[in-house]
Amino acid sequence: MFGKGIIKGLGITLRHTAATFIDDMARVPSRYTNAIETPQGKLLRQPPDSKGLFTIQYPEEKRELPENFRYIPMLLYDEKTGKDRCTACGICAKVCPPQCIWIVRDMNEQGKPIPRPSEFYIDASICMSCGFCAEFCPFDAIKMNHDYEMATYDRFPGLVFDKEELSVPTSYYASLYPSAWAAEEAARAAKAAKKAARGKKGGGAGGARRKAAPAKRTAAPARKADAPASSKAEAAPPQDESKAPPDASSPAPGGSQS
Amino acid sequence: MTESVVTTSSLPFADAVPGAVLDADQWGIIVNPDKLVELAQYLRDHEGFDYLSSLTAVDYLGFKDRTADDRFEIVYHLFDTKKGGDGIVLKVRLPESKPEVDSLVKVYPGADLQEREAYDLYGIKFKGHPRLRRILLWEGFHGHPMRKDWKEPYYEAEHKPYKSRWPVGHYQWAEDRVPWGDNINYPKGFDPDAFEPAPLPMPIIHEPPEGSDHIHTERIVVNMGPQHPSTHGVFRMIVALDGETIVGLEPEVGYLHRNHEKLGERNTWLGNIPFTDRLDYLSSMSNNFGYVLAVEKLLGDKGKPPERAEYLRVIMAEFTRIVNHMWAIGFLLNDLGAFFTPALYAIEERELILDLFEAAAGSRMMCNYMRFGGVVRDVDEDWLRKARDIVFNRLDRKVDEFDEYLTGNEILMARCVGVGLLSAEDAIALSACGPMLRASGVPYDLRRARPYSIYDRFEFDVVTDDGCDVYARYKVRLGEIRQSIRILKQALDQIPEGPIMNGKPAYVTRVQKGEAYGAVEGPKGELGFYVVSDGSDNPWRYHVRAPSYINLNTLEHMTIGYKVADSVVILGAIDIVLGETDR
Repeated sequence: MFGKGIIKGLGITLRHTAATFIDDMARVPSRYTNAIETPQGKLLRQPPDSKGLFTIQYPEEKRELPENFRYIPMLLYDEKTGKDRCTACGICAKVCPPQCIWIVRDMNEQGKPIPRPSEFYIDASICMSCGFCAEFCPFDAIKMNHDYEMATYDRFPGLVFDKEELSVPTSYYASLYPSAWAAEEAARAAKAAKKAARGKKGGGAGGARRKAAPAKRTAAPARKADAPASSKAEAAPPQDESKAPPDASSPAPGGSQS
Repeated sequence: MTESVVTTSSLPFADAVPGAVLDADQWGIIVNPDKLVELAQYLRDHEGFDYLSSLTAVDYLGFKDRTADDRFEIVYHLFDTKKGGDGIVLKVRLPESKPEVDSLVKVYPGADLQEREAYDLYGIKFKGHPRLRRILLWEGFHGHPMRKDWKEPYYEAEHKPYKSRWPVGHYQWAEDRVPWGDNINYPKGFDPDAFEPAPLPMPIIHEPPEGSDHIHTERIVVNMGPQHPSTHGVFRMIVALDGETIVGLEPEVGYLHRNHEKLGERNTWLGNIPFTDRLDYLSSMSNNFGYVLAVEKLLGDKGKPPERAEYLRVIMAEFTRIVNHMWAIGFLLNDLGAFFTPALYAIEERELILDLFEAAAGSRMMCNYMRFGGVVRDVDEDWLRKARDIVFNRLDRKVDEFDEYLTGNEILMARCVGVGLLSAEDAIALSACGPMLRASGVPYDLRRARPYSIYDRFEFDVVTDDGCDVYARYKVRLGEIRQSIRILKQALDQIPEGPIMNGKPAYVTRVQKGEAYGAVEGPKGELGFYVVSDGSDNPWRYHVRAPSYINLNTLEHMTIGYKVADSVVILGAIDIVLGETDR
């Protein structure tokens, strides 16, 4: 019959319209009336059994991001000590496919390298969000941020993030990646426990070289304990303000124009 | 693909064409350039190697044991579409002074675009090629960029990682480095004011047959594209029209060209994985898959992925196929004039599948999920539950909906049945692949012809159709979605627990010296990666056998004699993605 295809096609549109409303009413919390309200907007879920409309009204509504979502890298620092996790080992810069990470390793007065970055840049206009840096970082110092709203009016320097702009506290990372954070913390604790156990054993075994090693190990935490205030102050004083835990309205480093 | 050791004496056809085979090793047969056409003809007619899959060149400047006399190598991968199995690799070595070889277009018309690409990027002259012009770059481009001695503007170093990034990596904005200083080459005596661009390439005119009831009208040449909504990106068809009938067509590509292969040679082995995402950006999982398979051949046992990783790869690849075919069908409706609403309905389920990709890989389209010897991240029970939910409860329903509303639709049939005919012989000869080939009735699917990964464990059918037209291509795609769902159901049921990576993830890949061609049956066809390693951290050669590009061989053949409006549908049914075509 001529025209049957058109009627069928219009039927699809009608069915979609109806399905959207029925799905919305049947769902608790509903797509519109009871979506999760956050300062960033409504977060929407798309369960596999949802019917009807698949589009959302960005920017009023946003999708709920999965934990593994990756966008632009961020640098972590320890909230308690204020210390950067990064040791400027350069693995992220080497593994970066578009070579958008630039690191200057810090040096002391004698010109000896210190394991921390004095400058750290990521050119977000070149970054391809592959996540290799986060994947291969041996110190869990660089992770992928979830903040994708980073439009600026200029590419340079607007999209070139320096260390201050990239730095976020570990608590921010923990809130984005709860399960990865838990796993990493557990692994760290296990490693520390193992190290502590080995340290005790080594001390008991005797021998000059072995004796020296545990001594060093006990010395290290001591330094750590009294260090934060002084070393932090002389290393990078301007960072202290910038490293205040970000509030809810600007959770991300750099570029956030909200 | 010839992994076994081959010697000249073990080749059954070594004496068929006297003097043709010079030498053979585990990676290919070295052929005398003067006898190449003769040998190819023999192989096609008597040995069954009827399908020229990949043709590419390699520059061995500075390679160990190579001199100027055998600087260039042209590599031909031939396969048998009837028997399947490993094909053979022919190689022709050419001197630096005279890089010329006979064109294979007469034996394998599918060599057309690939020979033009090799000419464009390497400057190899193919004698007897009907239109040996640049294809990816513009006429007037200086030099041949894939040659090892060609340097790009902003050239920094031969290989990544660059030394300037660490440990003293003071940021430098690329644009601040004077681009026109010492970083660019002008040809000797070049005068920009006197530069005359090359004339527009004109399509070869195919006169309509004598005696047809044809009214002769004025011939006009129309440029469709590069900015045209029907061309799926920046693609240009130069169409010669007689009235509304197409009498000649010339595809013009390269607007998105970024020399992916040169980037690949600069990059590390691992660094290329995210770049493959950007080839066919609708099916990045398949692209990852093809590339890691090729490199894993060179890695040997180190590169063998564990069971669970194999399953995850197959699951992702089949999801990708579904996503891609949904797009293809949706866009076919777009090309027919049903602008976007049906296309958006067609890709609803894609949204859910991309959510799965995002949860597993971190990104919806640029997945970067596979690694040498495994995959990057495991999926949890929740992910599998969602995936099962989609596969078992939703996708079948969606395909049935397509079937119900589209397969018998009179508009779709009026526009698609009998349009863009491509016979089985032509499809094979023109190196068409994927749904294009199978819609011409050739049951050639790499998952069956040369099973890779764990595809030999699953039950599925190779979908073919004898229609040879756009409608058949639509039906094949629909059928392939059904088969992919079938594979997914089995894979999601059988997926074992276990590790997802062979050994510890390492950012430096130790690849042994050698060559490998790894290919997968991507959604668009045979997606092959030909890699050559000199044992270092970067590939010596990295070539992509791009199905979108090679399928364009068939475009001219299919459109001649049809109306100009049909060319849009015919192009849509090839299903090209310009990111892959232009590379």
